[in-house]
Amino acid sequence: MAVLYINGKQVTLDDDPRTTLLDTLRERPGLTGTKKGCDHGQCGACTLLLDGRRVNSCLILAIQCEGSEVTTIEGLSQSQGEQLHPMQQAFVKYDGFQCGYCTPGQICSAVGMLEEVGNGEPSDVTGRGEVTLSRVEIQERMSGNLCRCGAYANIVDAILDTANEHSRKTGGPAT
Amino acid sequence: MTNPAAIGQPLDRVDGPLKVTGRATYAAEHAFDQPPLIGWMVEATIPAGRIKRLDTGAAEASPGVAAVLTHHNAPAQTPFGEPDDKGRFTQSRAMLFDEHIRYHGFPVALVIADTLANARHAGALIEISYEPDEEAVTTAGEEADEVPGELDGGMEPDLFKGDFEHAYDDAEVTLDVTYTTPNQAAAAMEPHATIADFDGDQLVVYMSVQLIGPSVKALANTLKIDPDKVRVLSPYIGGGFGSKLGVHNEAILACLGALHLGRPVKVVQHRRHVFHNAPHRGNSVQRIQLGASRDGKLQAIGHESFMPMARGYEFAEPTGASARTTYRTDAIKSTHRVKSTDMPLADSCRAPGHAIGSLAFESAIDEMAYQCGQDPLAFRLGNMPDRDPGTGQPFASHDLAECLREGAEKFGWPSREPQPGSRSQGRQLIGYGVASTIRLNILVPSKTRIRLSADGTLTAWADMTDIGTGTYTILTQIAAETMGLSADRIKIELGDSRYPSSSGSGGSFGAASSGSALLNACENMRTRLLESAREQGLIGDEPADDARFENGQLILGDKTLSFTEVLNKSGAAYLETDGEVEPGDDHDNYSQHSYGAQFAEVHVDRDTGEVRVQRLLGVFSAGRILNPKTARSQLLGGMVWGLSYALLEELMLDERYGAFMNRDLAEYHLPVNRDMPTIDIHFREHPDPRSNPLGSKGIGELSICGAGAAVANAVYHATGVRVRDFPITLDKILRHLPE
Repeated sequence: MAVLYINGKQVTLDDDPRTTLLDTLRERPGLTGTKKGCDHGQCGACTLLLDGRRVNSCLILAIQCEGSEVTTIEGLSQSQGEQLHPMQQAFVKYDGFQCGYCTPGQICSAVGMLEEVGNGEPSDVTGRGEVTLSRVEIQERMSGNLCRCGAYANIVDAILDTANEHSRKTGGPAT
Repeated sequence: MTNPAAIGQPLDRVDGPLKVTGRATYAAEHAFDQPPLIGWMVEATIPAGRIKRLDTGAAEASPGVAAVLTHHNAPAQTPFGEPDDKGRFTQSRAMLFDEHIRYHGFPVALVIADTLANARHAGALIEISYEPDEEAVTTAGEEADEVPGELDGGMEPDLFKGDFEHAYDDAEVTLDVTYTTPNQAAAAMEPHATIADFDGDQLVVYMSVQLIGPSVKALANTLKIDPDKVRVLSPYIGGGFGSKLGVHNEAILACLGALHLGRPVKVVQHRRHVFHNAPHRGNSVQRIQLGASRDGKLQAIGHESFMPMARGYEFAEPTGASARTTYRTDAIKSTHRVKSTDMPLADSCRAPGHAIGSLAFESAIDEMAYQCGQDPLAFRLGNMPDRDPGTGQPFASHDLAECLREGAEKFGWPSREPQPGSRSQGRQLIGYGVASTIRLNILVPSKTRIRLSADGTLTAWADMTDIGTGTYTILTQIAAETMGLSADRIKIELGDSRYPSSSGSGGSFGAASSGSALLNACENMRTRLLESAREQGLIGDEPADDARFENGQLILGDKTLSFTEVLNKSGAAYLETDGEVEPGDDHDNYSQHSYGAQFAEVHVDRDTGEVRVQRLLGVFSAGRILNPKTARSQLLGGMVWGLSYALLEELMLDERYGAFMNRDLAEYHLPVNRDMPTIDIHFREHPDPRSNPLGSKGIGELSICGAGAAVANAVYHATGVRVRDFPITLDKILRHLPE
């Protein structure tokens, strides 16, 4: 038995200990937004936020998440999905998807990625000094999320717009 | 004021909010009162032969297992491939039928258990031994010598026009080259998935499928059930690209499980299954012979295609389509040969024919331009046809030359150095490439029904699908414009076999076909509304053509009536009309294509041979653009595929076992976000009235036809190295670069 908090709700799991966090979620009504694309940590479709960090939920067992906060795509929006998170709105505005199957993972990954940038965590393309949120920074950091429809350019537009909008509203840095 | 939902407006996807919040229900995600049992597919490990011994005892005794289905206990089925005079989309796709193995990965058992972990564990406990067929055929190349019945899309396998041999032999400049393209996977992000539910009478199947009508027939035929007792639902599809046109293995297995147990059974292909249990694009060998005069006029075009055909599964890719349709010439020889193999099914993949045909043919055309000492752009422009080179038909419209000219200007083509390998920046060799883009424009019979309710809302129904193409959105726009309604008053209901029969999604025909049917239904609704208003005496006898439909109102003469008013007065709760479209004479008498021109700039590292695409630019002419936002996304996606075909994708075959070795998304290379160049997309919008009542043309496959060749041609221009064996990986370039 493991207790964890999914989108703010306490959930007690009595699932098979071999079950991944991804499979645990997908077998529960209302939590199928987290997608299974490869089950190997290769495509990123199952990305969600675990204690605020983005992870591939196919690579983690549910019982490893004892006491953790899990935020899925369903948890990013409010009022049963009627009120979208700014990143979700931007994905719609910039057409950051086509079939929509990689999209929950892309969005959770983007939200987690902006946190990482905000924390000053460098990437392969970061130079010396502070991280600036350029297109190539976003491209590099989002390369763990495959999109076979090829919406990558629109995904970058959506993320940049979300970050800029956030910084305009808060007067702070882009994240 | 323009209706923001009108045709041609960049309306956001109407299904967008559902998709970005995770609430769109894909096949495996439909909720049931009682959770479905889970099926796990067990795959054969030989390419051909028979099962000698199958022991399921340990699996059946394993915790949570409800049943283990094999050919010993599976429900009755029609033998695979029957009836043989029907097409592949309705023939039997029998699984677990007998001890015969069709290909490596062919299902030999389905373990059905309470959880995935239990089913998968039990699957590993099944003991199987085989008697392999030592004669199994797993490869196909230039030795292919079988003539296919017909090519996908209906083209004849062989086309001879003029005297090719003479024209080629007499030509002042000739080229005789052979290109190869590898086996490729569609690799849609959603693995093929099905939930089947049988209540003893009706079989309800939630499935990820592009063509719903044929899938009902295929299931009914395979499972020996009355088609009226089969219902297929597919409201959201996580990418198809041809690999979900028809019914595939997990669907048959889930249905067998549901029939056997009388309970809902869910079978989701694991990513590793998908590479063998869903179709792929076969490898091709393409011999191209070109003859031209010294001043660069093409006189002979030869194209010989050699590909595999899965034994018992009639699909032949029209690889010669590009060679037959793009340039003016005196003589054409185009042939297609296939070889029966004991391999997983080869079938449609995004733009069958043109996608890999253009990869080879537009590369060869580039070679010929250099041979003639001409600029590759000028060479193409110098060989524009005035009628279809293959069929001799007039073009419904032809815009290739203008796409090339406009693209060249926007791309900055004139700044290009003529000599390959002559421009560099540090370690980077810089090259520009161009390719013509052409893709068949098709119209398929389609029907729809609409209902205008007294509350002023409109609902449309069709068994159409949206595979990410934006069907829900453009159908909303067609109804919004025609009926004068805002998007929020319109509901488009798709993906259910109970709805009127439509084109489905494939071959870039979905929007034109299902959209034209809806247009027709809306026009009929306008007539009905007018009649109704006249019958109630609400309007005078002004000509119907003067009527306008705006903001949910009918406006005629000095009268403005809301739809609600008309319906309430008549006492009807709603009005319903049907609409349909069928291809007419214009599709028989004219050559119909969408066009484009694509340009690429690449940088090639002189020390490593690594190719990085810096820029892609495309100018496209696809009739009326229904929604520039979703249309651009379609083109964007095709350009990414083209880049990927040029540089990355290849299924690696282990010939001994008839197995693709790289059956996962790390080893089957797809481009990632960081691989993306700057991509610039322009439309030349010319509605084509001969195409369909909307004036639109197919756009979903257009840009994949040419983007790859533009990249390949840019690699040649950067390095002077011509790689004829796709994909162009760094090892193939590096060995030819100077030390």
